Amino acid sequence: MRATSEEVIALSGGAAVLVAAGCAALGAVYWLAGLDEVIRFHGALFLVASIGAGLYVMSHPRPGGAGEQKGYMDGPVKFATIAAVVWGVVGFLVGVIIAWQLAFPALNFDLPWTNFGRLRPLHTSAVIFAFGGNVLIATSLYVVQRTCRARLAGYWAPWFVVYGYQIFIVLAATGYLLGSTQSKEYAEPEWYVDLWLTAVWVCYLLVFLGTIWKRKEPHIYVANWFYLAFIVTIALLHIVNNLAVPASLLGSKSYSLFAGVQDAMTQWWYGHNAVGFFLTAGFLGIMYYFIPKRVERPVYSYRLSIIHFWSLIFLYIWAGPHHLHYTALPDWAQTLGMTFSIMLWMPSWGGMINGLMTLSGAWDRLRTDPVVRLLVVSVAFYGMSTFEGPLMSIKAVNSLSHYTDWTIGHVHSGALGWVGMVSFGAIYCLVPWLWKRQGLYSLRLVEWHFWIATIGIVLYITSMWVSGIMQGLMWRAYDHLGFLTYSFVETVEAMHWPYIIRATGGTMFLAGSLLMAWNVWKTVRGDAPVDIKDQPRVAAAPELRGAPLASPAE
Amino acid sequence: MKLSHAIFEKNSLVLLIGILIVVSIGGLVEIAPLFFLGSTIEKVQGMRPYAPLELVGRNIYIREGCYNCHSQMIRSLRDEVERYGHYSLAAESMYDHPFQWGSKRTGPDLARVGGKYSDAWHVDHLKHPREVVPGSVMPGYPFLAERKLDASAIAADMKALRLVGVPYTDEMIENAVADLNGQVSPDSKAGKAVLARYPKAQVRKFDGKADEAATEMDALIAYLQMLGTLVDFTTFDAAGPNLR
Repeated sequence: MRATSEEVIALSGGAAVLVAAGCAALGAVYWLAGLDEVIRFHGALFLVASIGAGLYVMSHPRPGGAGEQKGYMDGPVKFATIAAVVWGVVGFLVGVIIAWQLAFPALNFDLPWTNFGRLRPLHTSAVIFAFGGNVLIATSLYVVQRTCRARLAGYWAPWFVVYGYQIFIVLAATGYLLGSTQSKEYAEPEWYVDLWLTAVWVCYLLVFLGTIWKRKEPHIYVANWFYLAFIVTIALLHIVNNLAVPASLLGSKSYSLFAGVQDAMTQWWYGHNAVGFFLTAGFLGIMYYFIPKRVERPVYSYRLSIIHFWSLIFLYIWAGPHHLHYTALPDWAQTLGMTFSIMLWMPSWGGMINGLMTLSGAWDRLRTDPVVRLLVVSVAFYGMSTFEGPLMSIKAVNSLSHYTDWTIGHVHSGALGWVGMVSFGAIYCLVPWLWKRQGLYSLRLVEWHFWIATIGIVLYITSMWVSGIMQGLMWRAYDHLGFLTYSFVETVEAMHWPYIIRATGGTMFLAGSLLMAWNVWKTVRGDAPVDIKDQPRVAAAPELRGAPLASPAE
Repeated sequence: MKLSHAIFEKNSLVLLIGILIVVSIGGLVEIAPLFFLGSTIEKVQGMRPYAPLELVGRNIYIREGCYNCHSQMIRSLRDEVERYGHYSLAAESMYDHPFQWGSKRTGPDLARVGGKYSDAWHVDHLKHPREVVPGSVMPGYPFLAERKLDASAIAADMKALRLVGVPYTDEMIENAVADLNGQVSPDSKAGKAVLARYPKAQVRKFDGKADEAATEMDALIAYLQMLGTLVDFTTFDAAGPNLR
């Protein structure tokens, strides 16, 4: 009844080569017949990437047999982990560049591809989708295998996911530099890049679900609920928000299906839930697996995780209109967005409590293990920014904070503090586990990374509070005769020093990530750890630990 | 609790469908009515589709990422109305595919920047912002003045916009290239034709170089100079259909 594994492997290899050939043909068409230089360049890129992939598949026949099915499939996980580290450094670097550009505008160089307007989407996409996305793909494919006790579904499909996702990133990034954009924040890539991501994402969903279907555990572990919600909701948001009509099927330019207020509402329904589902639900999946694993304690409360999950995903989706207070969006929609944003505080803090209290009985790890400290401080930042967010969604507060740097500071307390730190914690856990090492090359370097990054974040968010609140107040200041006190450019000049402090904080955060890249590189290479005595037992790969490890209970 | 939740934990498809239902509700309630409510689909006198040159300028605005630092949405707050002009109406962005409301004001709002500065000011400011506004942190765009306009795709662009609901007529699309060049040729027949098809369009050479072909600078300034100028707020009744 069942096909033998040899047949399935042959089928998978054949399908992979066919897909690569099809993509290569598509790339060639756009390279030769594309109407504008962006799409011709992308066609050539796609052609080369597809040929490379096809050659790789053909030169790597799978051995087949029972051995093929044994153990976990960690190749794609390793690939995405390394990609996350590399893209993280790139994304932070671009962020640092544009931060210094705002302090010293001469750094724009007044060239099309170096100006702030094109680099800013490059920064946001690189950190959210390239860094964050690869962390999510790596951890989700790792966690789903362990918690289901099943090997990843598919043979080449997981490789298609991780490789195809990098192609998406390169197409998006080069497109921005060349001026190809839909101008919808965090959804800037043009229609054909969106279609490609859709194909990759559906395959990701199928690999993830397929692995759950193969599970040997009766229950689906809580981390996987969050990962699944992240994957399907992002698919839904991505498709609806990117509905557009291309001016030509051979050109890169498209026009959004919606206009004006409908387009704005759809965009911020997408935009806020890119935060809610990409940067929150997905990373909560990381919290629910890596914190219990690293501190060897069960999740604090099973009931709380159920309430956390359903209330979080239900409430988040309503929050979008708080980006549109006092605009032409109808009042009732603004009020709904505000109300649900405030309610969202509760599940957010429920989740934070569930993560923090998991340390019950193991609080000493906070002192002895900097990886735990990264994970725990990330949850603390999560708590802080999910308090600040509801506060800023209140219309009266928003009338001051909107359009200012306060928003930028808020985003970064979430992005650097929560997403960044939890990702670093997960990467420091994953690398020795994946490459079967006794521990990290250096735990001391993690300590340094932690402190440099934390100080950098504090500089960043405090300077943005000052700059944002100051500018908001200056915009609405009146003199005793009832005239506006400040011209616009006076408020810009007032932000010079906060911009320098912010850029300094960002530079420190980047420096921390370089330490991580070095540490990961040395660990992967297999250099002997310099401080193995200080490293906890869980730093080692599971196979290399002495005693059996307790798995996180539900 | 444990018992009732087990169905989600043991059936991935039940969990999947549960997630889809739960995350669909908020979006449906908030987005769907906007396609039917009077205040979001009302038409306001004066609004018209972008003239070809303005459309090209708008696409340059998008290409260079101007929306990253400039909003086009004046909120109904006293200081904003005094600083920028009448608060923005939904109808004023009804032909904006995509919208350009923005989310950050590193620079000022541009919803009503049209007519506020001269063309020459815009040319100087776009080339070297700090020569005009010393405290500005805006990047310079000197390359726009060097680049000749590529009009080859304009009709295809207008056809795509018609597909998504912008009322471009056949006549407008047939004359797209002529109108694009006509808008920088004042006192010509083509220039008058632009005005007939696109009321209130400003017909002149925007970059000050009357004898040369249209540049990207022309298109971008044509777009900036028409922003917020279509609706006549001396006759607009704010207490009328736009109830807010």
